[in-house]
Amino acid sequence: MSKHHITTTINGDEVDFLCETSQTLLDVLRDELRLTGTKEGCATGDCGACSVTLDGVLVCSCLVLGVEAGGKKIETIEGMADGDKLHPLQRKFVEHVALQCGICTPGLLVAARSLLAKNPDPTEEEVRFGLAGNLCRCTGYQNVVEAVLDAAAEMRGA
Amino acid sequence: MRYEAPTSVEAAIELLASGKGNARALAGGTDVLVQMQLDVIEPELLVDIKNIAELRQIEKLDDGYHFGAAVTGVELMDHEDFCSTWPGVMDGVKLIGSLQVRGRATVAGNVCNASPAADSVPALIAAGAIATIAGPNGRRDIPVEDIGIGPGNTSLVTGEILVSFFLAKARPNSGGAYLRFTPRTEMDIAVVGVGIDLTLDDDGICTHARVALGAVAEKALLVEEAAATLIGTRVDEPALDNLAAAASAACRPIDDKRGTKEYRIEVAGVLARRAATTALNRAKSAGKK
Repeated sequence: MSKHHITTTINGDEVDFLCETSQTLLDVLRDELRLTGTKEGCATGDCGACSVTLDGVLVCSCLVLGVEAGGKKIETIEGMADGDKLHPLQRKFVEHVALQCGICTPGLLVAARSLLAKNPDPTEEEVRFGLAGNLCRCTGYQNVVEAVLDAAAEMRGA
Repeated sequence: MRYEAPTSVEAAIELLASGKGNARALAGGTDVLVQMQLDVIEPELLVDIKNIAELRQIEKLDDGYHFGAAVTGVELMDHEDFCSTWPGVMDGVKLIGSLQVRGRATVAGNVCNASPAADSVPALIAAGAIATIAGPNGRRDIPVEDIGIGPGNTSLVTGEILVSFFLAKARPNSGGAYLRFTPRTEMDIAVVGVGIDLTLDDDGICTHARVALGAVAEKALLVEEAAATLIGTRVDEPALDNLAAAASAACRPIDDKRGTKEYRIEVAGVLARRAATTALNRAKSAGKK
């Protein structure tokens, strides 16, 4: 069985790749394209570590096949900073020490950016529900929530 | 493993029928990909139904709402009029997985995965949702309660797919609600789920009700005896007591790590009471619009 030839846009760049039917978008990102910022946690859609956006919709890349990504626009953690300039969410995660081991962090950042794009002024509860699909076994979430609220305030110019 | 993405229902049916049971329809993939990852299924052919335009539509017609089998949870959540028209259905849809999962997952997948604990299913049954099924022998319409027949099993035969759902235009003064019990508020599987829809007349008397229970039997149950306790009442305390008793009496649950039989039976009554109260309040506020 020949591989599928897929053309996508990843973080604004047109990207071609070859994949087997069974390869997930997560497999393609990490193993074929070496975009290893997206992490594999559970590989069954429970932990959110592999979160990316697909045509602007937050998804688990472990629950999308590479072959389903044809013609789609994908945003990963690698597209978040502007060169050396961190995104406000990234900077606030550092300032608030919103991570320990770091495996969940790229997924949390992608999910938080997606949340703020829809709701620039979320309540604490909305942040907690908005990030409920991202598991973190280190922080207890408090610093994550504070970092997102602080970043949201800064991004609103408050 | 082969992957096909047909653009018509007929082509999808032909592919699925040719697969002789080793083909799987792929909508959101949030169950199919997990089952492949865990080696529960090893399909030889995946038929992606997301490129079929008919399956992607949410349409409000004179008779009510129609939405396709490839419409995702997030697409429904972003559809303001659908959400305000069918809040009870959306109570269930909003509980499917995480936001990430709902970005892919479809209501049709939730129904066809046939988990007795699926959150959208009691909500759809209570709302009286009808599913259009297409297969090698044409199309047929069946109520959602006739799809799941046991854990992982549906009444659909090889080559058939769920095409769309239909929710008939709600009667005036109607309201619905779905509630589930889980140890965690998010990302958990229902220990018990209850969906209730009811309609009031101008005097506040319940004229129509549907009660559906999830996670208390091998499939979601439509419980007519429970609905009968509400009809003809003001959905007051005595009626709610009778409803709770009838809901509990209909349960035939298993013991598992999420709850014992006795616990599920008790909780079904408690949740039925609460869901009916929410449905009642929504019916009253719908009447004021």
